[in-house]
Amino acid sequence: MYNYTDFDEAFVRSRVSQFRAQVERRIDGSLTEDEFKPLRLMNGLYLQLHAYMLRVAIPYGTISARQMRQLAYIADTWDKGYGHFTTRQNIQYNWPALKDVPDMLEALADVQMHAIQTSGNTIRNVTSDHFAGAAGDEVADPRPYAELLRQWSTDHPEFQFLPRKFKIAVTGAEADRAVIRSHDIGLQLLEQNGERGFKVIIGGGLGRTPMIGKVVRDFLPEADLLPYCEAIVHVYNTLGRRDNKYKARIKITVHENGIDTMRELIEARFAEIRPEFSGVDQELLAAIKAQFATPALREGDTAAYDSAYATDPVFRAWADTNLAAHRKPDHAIVTISIKAHGKTPGDATSDQMRLMAELAEEYAHGELRISHEQNVILPHVHKGDLPAIHAALSAAGLGTANIGLASDIIACPGMDYCALATARSIPIAQEIATRVDELKIEHEVGELKIKISGCINACGHHHVGHIGILGLDRAGVENYQVTLGGDHTETAAVGTRMGPGFSADEIVPAIERLMLAYLDLRSEKSETFLQTFRRLGDAPFKAALYPESEARNAA
Amino acid sequence: MPKAFTPKVVTANALIEGDVIYLTESGSWSRSHTDARLFTEEGPATAALSAAELQSSEIVGAYLADAEASPKGPKPTHFREAFRATGPSNYPHGKQVENV
Ligand code: HEM
Ligand code: SF4
Repeated sequence: MYNYTDFDEAFVRSRVSQFRAQVERRIDGSLTEDEFKPLRLMNGLYLQLHAYMLRVAIPYGTISARQMRQLAYIADTWDKGYGHFTTRQNIQYNWPALKDVPDMLEALADVQMHAIQTSGNTIRNVTSDHFAGAAGDEVADPRPYAELLRQWSTDHPEFQFLPRKFKIAVTGAEADRAVIRSHDIGLQLLEQNGERGFKVIIGGGLGRTPMIGKVVRDFLPEADLLPYCEAIVHVYNTLGRRDNKYKARIKITVHENGIDTMRELIEARFAEIRPEFSGVDQELLAAIKAQFATPALREGDTAAYDSAYATDPVFRAWADTNLAAHRKPDHAIVTISIKAHGKTPGDATSDQMRLMAELAEEYAHGELRISHEQNVILPHVHKGDLPAIHAALSAAGLGTANIGLASDIIACPGMDYCALATARSIPIAQEIATRVDELKIEHEVGELKIKISGCINACGHHHVGHIGILGLDRAGVENYQVTLGGDHTETAAVGTRMGPGFSADEIVPAIERLMLAYLDLRSEKSETFLQTFRRLGDAPFKAALYPESEARNAA
Repeated sequence: MPKAFTPKVVTANALIEGDVIYLTESGSWSRSHTDARLFTEEGPATAALSAAELQSSEIVGAYLADAEASPKGPKPTHFREAFRATGPSNYPHGKQVENV
């Protein structure tokens, strides 16, 4: 794992003391809110419905056991004993008091963490595949590149006042677990003729105008990564619209100027600045790569796993859904579900954080990951240790076998916390999860991505959910609009909006009808919900959503 | 035609804790919606809002929110303000526990 240099350390510490002074000046009245707000946002501090909210970066989702323990300590000391893991591999605290935030940032700095650039019109936390460095299907570990991008973008003087926020995601595999096509820049590692490089995608995004990113370069040699990204952000910074907040993202710049014009401008700028990159970045990259070496994985037999799998159906169900293939066959990647049925998706209590930290230390080389799907991952686990891990997780309410299934829902905070929301998200997720658990159908339904947002900003990724749910305010009442057929992977697609929205009472039964319709419609058990939707189109699913209008049409 | 004025309360967040607060009859701030002063006329409501905005060392983000009279004092008319008055619906956090 990456360890801060003295420079990183000093930089973060100086930001904390700077912010401490700013908070003091706000509290003693020497700064007005108008003066203070941009300063607090530069440090990840928002004001939400009921309280402040502190957003802490977890770069490319990688975190050590020690850091996870510190997150638990912060939750206990200055918040309400829990934290919320988000789709951008951050953690949010929902209840800090303004006066405590400098102490919280200090506690983060103690474990090499911070909240810098988790807000504002800058390059945000660089995200990555949560299985990076462990997955069998990757060309190489994408995290050293993400770390290089993090260092380059942090406090980059040219990019502190972009037209809008800017998000970069990197994946090392063809299978896209980092949603690269919904990011401002998406990078996919490739190998061509023995050379390593990237496919570069720009202009993806969700929000009110969802767009799938477009390929701007089929192959970018890895040594050109920083100058090329710098050229992209430079062109965006120049062309991006500052007249209209809703048209300010690079997706609109690409849409309005066309990908070909963008490419020409980017290539021209790239040619101009390439010579300025003398190769220091490549030396740095080599040093960073060394820090991401795979831990010394242990040898040993997997008998304990084989026998638990053969004899314990609860363990088997969990193993079937929550384990992914590690590149070493006697190892596994464990996804810990923080989506227990009926609980708030993405929330972990401080006790749960501490348990996960302990398990990581004991069985998983001290390393954890946060996924964009709001779960926690132990990336390198020997199969022989899985029964013990499963038992410990189950005892702590973390043993739910639902990864990738209907109750593994992404839900944004919605109107329970978020000042921008138009409806709630969390209770809908809780009810859907409770319902599928009561009906015991989610294992039968299989892979299904349900994603819920509480407003058109689409933080909950509803546009790229197989079933997307968008909460709206219709004349002072919560209303939920359904989209179907979205996909966040390498076959990315924006979902199609179905008919009128549903009330809070109607939405869960409507989702249930969709699942039951799918079970009827699928050609065979192995055909997923998304495949069935792609084969048959909207019509049969619309009929399931709106049975009354179907009956009227027939009459 | 301008929209007819509907009754309002002045609400904001407390500077230090971030808690939702309401302007009372006496001009102080309360954490309870039922203590709020209900403005039934536009002039006094906007005047109270302007005065509140000057108290920047105590409060953040003051605005007027729709409300209506009830036997126990003003109550919110929109669900957003109802959540602000009670706390989130996924946990018993915020005012719903603090006020009991
Ligand atoms: C609660 C405080 C939050 C606020 C005020 C907030 C604000 C916003 C806004 C204004 C947008 C629209 C951006 C645009 O289209 O230009 C947005 C999009 C987004 N936010 Fe949030 N958000 C919050 C929480 C979250 C959380 C909890 C997550 C993760 C669960 C998240 C992840 C995202 C993502 C992934 C998008 C859309 C993707 C994109 O186009 O960039 N946000 N958010
Ligand atoms: S989608 Fe809307 S409601 Fe949900 S977190 Fe984002 S801004 Fe808030």
